[in-house]
Amino acid sequence: MIVIKGVAASPGIAIGKALVLENEEIVINRVEIPPDKVRAEVRRFKAALDATYRDLDAAESKVLKMLGKEHARLIDTHRLILSDPLITKDVPKRIQEERVNAEFALSEALEVVNQAFEKIQDEFFRERRHDLFDVGKRLLSHLLKQERRTISGVRHPAILVARNLLPSDTLNLKESNVLGFVTDLGGKTSHTAILAQSMEIPAVVGLSDASHRIRNGDEVILDGDQGLVIVQPSPEAVEKYEKMRQRSIKEEEALDSLRGVPTVTADGHKLRMMVNLDTIDEMKAVLSLKGDGVGLFRTEYLYLNRSSAPGEEEQARAYSAIAKALDPLPLTVRTADIGGDRLAHLGLEVPKNETNPFMGLRGIRLFLKHPELLKTQLRAVLRASAHGKVQVMIPMVSSLRELQAARRIFRQAQDELAAEGVETAKKVPFGIMVEIPSAALMLDALIEEADFVSIGTNDLIQYILAVDRINEDVAHLYDPFHPAVVRILRHIVDAVHRREKKVTVCGEMTSDPKAVPLLAGLGVDNLSVTPRMFLRVKHIVRQISMSSARAMVERALTLSDSEQIRKLVSEL
Amino acid sequence: MKERVFVVTNRLGLHARPASLFVQAGAKYRCSVKVTKLNGDEFEVNGKSVMGLMMLAAANGEKVKVVVDGPDEERALVEIEGLFQRKFDEE
Repeated sequence: MIVIKGVAASPGIAIGKALVLENEEIVINRVEIPPDKVRAEVRRFKAALDATYRDLDAAESKVLKMLGKEHARLIDTHRLILSDPLITKDVPKRIQEERVNAEFALSEALEVVNQAFEKIQDEFFRERRHDLFDVGKRLLSHLLKQERRTISGVRHPAILVARNLLPSDTLNLKESNVLGFVTDLGGKTSHTAILAQSMEIPAVVGLSDASHRIRNGDEVILDGDQGLVIVQPSPEAVEKYEKMRQRSIKEEEALDSLRGVPTVTADGHKLRMMVNLDTIDEMKAVLSLKGDGVGLFRTEYLYLNRSSAPGEEEQARAYSAIAKALDPLPLTVRTADIGGDRLAHLGLEVPKNETNPFMGLRGIRLFLKHPELLKTQLRAVLRASAHGKVQVMIPMVSSLRELQAARRIFRQAQDELAAEGVETAKKVPFGIMVEIPSAALMLDALIEEADFVSIGTNDLIQYILAVDRINEDVAHLYDPFHPAVVRILRHIVDAVHRREKKVTVCGEMTSDPKAVPLLAGLGVDNLSVTPRMFLRVKHIVRQISMSSARAMVERALTLSDSEQIRKLVSEL
Repeated sequence: MKERVFVVTNRLGLHARPASLFVQAGAKYRCSVKVTKLNGDEFEVNGKSVMGLMMLAAANGEKVKVVVDGPDEERALVEIEGLFQRKFDEE
């Protein structure tokens, strides 16, 4: 049994026999073309170009039918590549000047581009070269008058193993017997990975040499969730994964029926279940879950991979689009929780000697140091409130002073927009994240200035236990069931409820099936869950009896050992 | 010959779609269009080639120099400038 670790490109489990695709490295010989045949060679190349255009038309109608308009854009990209002067001009020029065959001229031209792309640091840009190869291979196969291998020809169910799969290969997988695929090359953002996800085919990529290590007919387990490939697995491993696969199929079916069903516990208590949103791209998936809105919209993505902070227009457009799509369900926008390390990229001064960024300049601390960033974001959020139900919350609050300063800027933004005659909602709730122990302990004071509270459990646990989860030596001390965690959560919930306000939990703890009964029993009003776990958590909530969960929490609060608490919760 | 420096202000940088708009704009004119990324390794690409532009991997906030040369260079540059100003109509 060999376990190879790669990149989890598309989730799911597949078990089956390997079908190793021969490396399609076509040997291209350099053939000298006599002067009087050069024009004919160029014509031959042009004919191959035309044939490739026709290929793309055929592929386009297939994609439209199978995957919809969005993915058909891939074909547009391929058309553009095909009409690129690097192909239409450079190749004929090489044929004429070097008097070589079209195949050789083409492969030389592609190689130049490949070398340039290989040097690119940014993975997203670098992965685009596979689109070029895809087009190049289509062209070559027409020149060589070779049938391209088609994967739809796979006769028996199999796991495809290849050095690389091109997007056009991937498109053919849906109607084939392919259970999943593994490749040596590729990253999470390649077109091949994205297509596999939308076709729901499990895939692991970036395995470096798997196509050499796996032989045709080998038994293979593909774990698309963990990014693992197990070759010649032990019978125990097969049994374990087969069980997992069956269970997940059954679960998926059962969970699917929970979309749009109210989130009510077994004894009739209603809980609001919302979704955490990381980027605007996830909106479609989020809407299909039919939850109670977005409890945490992380806006950091807008600040990444760029060298100046996003402007008000850009942000307002993004927030408005999401607010509109969700309306009348609420969108909770968290102002960006970016750390000091991002500042250089945004053209701002980087803090010196930041040896511990978790305790450094981040969240509201950073935005109060650069109030123009906060104001811009708050103005954008307020503008979006004209298009749907929007609320805003501030991360990393550790004192009343910070909260008051943020609120002041919020009011300024409101006044400015009113003076400018810009339409906003009358009331935009202003809440805080409670993730720093000081905020939790003095919440009775903070809550006077906040309309609602959301608990960020990841940071709260890490700060209250003084555990850096990235530090291997102490990571095991990170413990959501630690008695101190349960106690501080109770303290927070009570402080918020005393003022008759609502409390949400939006950290990873809401996505941990084992911790959900604890949160319900603590009296949390809303859970905001990662989309992937949403239906699973909903299923758990619907099975909980609120009265026994509450009794369980009362008992848990008397315990002083996390193992006892864990056991108590699991017995519910 | 004319040249101008632009800052890439659209969120995703000069990706496939912005690159293709750039190419379509340039293709309307007879002048040559050459593009270099500043602070990069200064290699120059054909502004009428999508793959060429993508090879620059010009991300948001980076500067690119556009050099046009030909009878209609002025108009080409104006059109390209418009694209940068409109952030390539990125939503």
